[in-house]
Formats: sequence, structure tokens, C-alpha cells
Amino acid sequence: MSLFYAFLAIIKRDLLLAVRRRTEIANPLLFFILVITLFPLGIGAQPHLLQAIAPGIIWVSALLAAMLSLDSLFRSDFDDGSLEQILLSPYPTSILVLAKIIAHWLVTGLPLLIVAPLLAVFLGMPTQSLGVLLLTLLLGTPVLSLIGAIGVALTVGLRRGGMILSLLVLPLYVPVLIFAGNAVEMAGSGLPVDAQINILISMLCLSLVLAPWPTAAALKMSVN
Amino acid sequence: MKNNIISRLQGQDLSCVRDDRILFEALNFELNVGQVLLLEGENGSGKTSLLRILCGFREPDAGQVLWCDNAINDSQYYDDMAYVGHLDGVKKELTVLENLKVSLALGQSGHYSIPQALAKVQLTNFDDALVQSLSAGQKRRLSLARLLITKKTLWILDEPFTSLDKQGISLIESLMTEHCKAGGMIILTSHHDIALPNVDVQRILLS
Repeated sequence: MSLFYAFLAIIKRDLLLAVRRRTEIANPLLFFILVITLFPLGIGAQPHLLQAIAPGIIWVSALLAAMLSLDSLFRSDFDDGSLEQILLSPYPTSILVLAKIIAHWLVTGLPLLIVAPLLAVFLGMPTQSLGVLLLTLLLGTPVLSLIGAIGVALTVGLRRGGMILSLLVLPLYVPVLIFAGNAVEMAGSGLPVDAQINILISMLCLSLVLAPWPTAAALKMSVN
Repeated sequence: MKNNIISRLQGQDLSCVRDDRILFEALNFELNVGQVLLLEGENGSGKTSLLRILCGFREPDAGQVLWCDNAINDSQYYDDMAYVGHLDGVKKELTVLENLKVSLALGQSGHYSIPQALAKVQLTNFDDALVQSLSAGQKRRLSLARLLITKKTLWILDEPFTSLDKQGISLIESLMTEHCKAGGMIILTSHHDIALPNVDVQRILLS
């Protein structure tokens, strides 16, 4: 029970911090919106082309926005010593880390979900694929946060970890991108997407269970 | 919870090597209830490294740390220890009260409630102040208030008197004396001379 209380306290603390800092919420969201709105300007008056590549644009932008926001996951805690206190807590670090990842997703992933339908309409995506797009984002962006957390935990102790982080994490993001992008595209042509959705669900379940452990271990290494 | 076991921290044959330089080796000590262990030595002599080994952040290059005769990873060690390091471990965007509530949620509540602990460290009217508006000494006192609200036997303090004024130092000294009297134990590093009347102080000189 007190573990649950600690779990909630961490989520609450991180949400409160995000509200006080604001840029943490605004940056990835702004990036997401900017990249997507720039595409029609770059491609020009070719609505069919735009419609065809819309799922890819949205998912690649979501992926890059998620990566951009990753560094803030443990950075400030590492810098001000809060991370040490979390690691010294008698509760399992992996559970507390999971709380941090969930809070991070609520702050950086969830806003993308809210603006995505608007941007999809803007790109001329067929309405029948909107639901699938939202579903893939709902299942996929938490996976990005969970997998990314392992990478950040490994690189948070390095002074210039940004480049290594993207090299570490990006290959692991590719399966999510492939299945999610494919599902949205198939939905646009009215085909069934159960297989892709099931794979995304299994990815989410797997990473939810497996990601917090290496993250906790990597954080312990990083504070050394 | 475990009052039947007498708390004891032992370091056996500890050594630490950093960048091919031996900071200390074959270091032995035993710390019992009511005692203070004071680590002395010049800058870079390995005081902080030793504290981080005792916290479990760093593996000793040889030897082991035992808590109640068990290795620290296999015991209830983290239920019983608290660490205040160079970094305050408080979030500057949160208020004093919010910070302490998080610390409380991460441990078990101790002898003092949050208002009592704030009164003890003389931060009573600061509970709604953002930590970034506090002075360095006040931040330090806040991170020490964390020790009071959770129930910890062993305090590990890295330079606890940094940025405290004379009054703050004597305040912390009285809190430390009180903690030892109540069956606690303390490991600390300090450049200041500490005055702990009627407390058993062991000294280790690292060089």
C-alpha cells in the first residue's frame, strides 16, 4: 500500500514539476505541430501525395518529438540529487522509475494524441483511418517512452549523451514505426488492421514489464 | 519493525581505487548504535567515495559493507539509512512542503511530523515558499529536515555544515546529538570541528 503511495507521489511530483516548468510540455508538442505543418508547404499543391504520406509524416514526427523530450526524463533529477534519493528509497527502484516514465508520457506523449486528429485532417487523411491513428499513437507512444527510458538512464551520466542516446534508441523505435505506420495506411484503404494492433499491444505489454528493470539498473550505474 | 535486532554497520577490508590511484585500502570499522563516525582527510582523499560506497552507489574495489551482519544489498539497509550529499536532492520548482511530502512518501514516517521538523530546522514559515527562493543555508537545512521526518537509524552526511551559519551548525549538532541519544548512528565528513558532547565519536583519517 505504501509502495502505491510512493508510486503516486512520484507521478504527482513530476506532473507538478511539468506544470511549473511548462517548456517540458510545450517543446515536444510544438515540434510535432511545426514539423507536420511544414510538410504541405514543402511539398506544394499535391494533395494526393500528401494524403498518401500522411501516416508516415505523423508517426515520424511523433517519434522525433518523443526522442526530443527524452532527455528531460532523468536530467533534472540527476543534476539536483533527487535521483540519488529515489535510488536510496526502500521501495523497488523499477516501480518508482515506472512512475516517472508514466508521468513523462502523460506530459509529452498524451498531448500529441490530442492534437494528432487535427493535424491528420489538415494533411487530408481519410476519416476512416483517424481512429486507427489515435489507437496506434495511444499504444505506440508509451512504448517510445519506455524504451527511451533505458537509453536515457544509460546516458544521463555522460556530459554529451545526446548523440549516443539517439543511436541507442532509434533502432529500437523502428518496429513501432513500421507497424504503426502500416496500420494507419491499411486503415486508410479500408483493410483490417487487427494484426498490427495486436503486435503493438504486445510491444506495449512487453516494454511495460521489461523496460523498468534495465532502466533502474542503468540509473544505478549512472549515479556511481 | 526490527527492534529485536541491534543495528550495526561494519566495513571490512574496504578499498577504493580511482584512476589507478589507491584512495584507501584495507579499511575496517564498526559503527554501533549511538556512535558517530567522523571521516577526516584532505580534499580528494576519498571521503565522498567512501560515503558513496556505504550508500551502495559504488562497489568497493575490495572488501564489503555489512549491515546487521548481512551484505547491504541483502538486508533491510535501505529501510534504515538516509543520505544527504553535496547535492540537496530537493526540486527547486517545488515548495518546501511539497518536497518534504515526496520524501515522506519514499520512506516511513518518523518521530517528527512535517511541521515539527520544519520548526526544528527553523523553517516554520517557509512551507509554501518555492525552494529556488531559499538561500543556500536554508536549502541545506531543508535537506536535513528530510532526515527528521523519516524513520532512519543511520544518517550518512557529506559535509552537512556547508553553507550553514554558526547558529545553523550548532542547530545541526544538537539534532545529531539527539539522534544518537535516541539510538541512531551517524557517519559524516566535515571540515569543521564538531562539538558533540557526550557522544561516542570515532575518527578515521584518510590520507
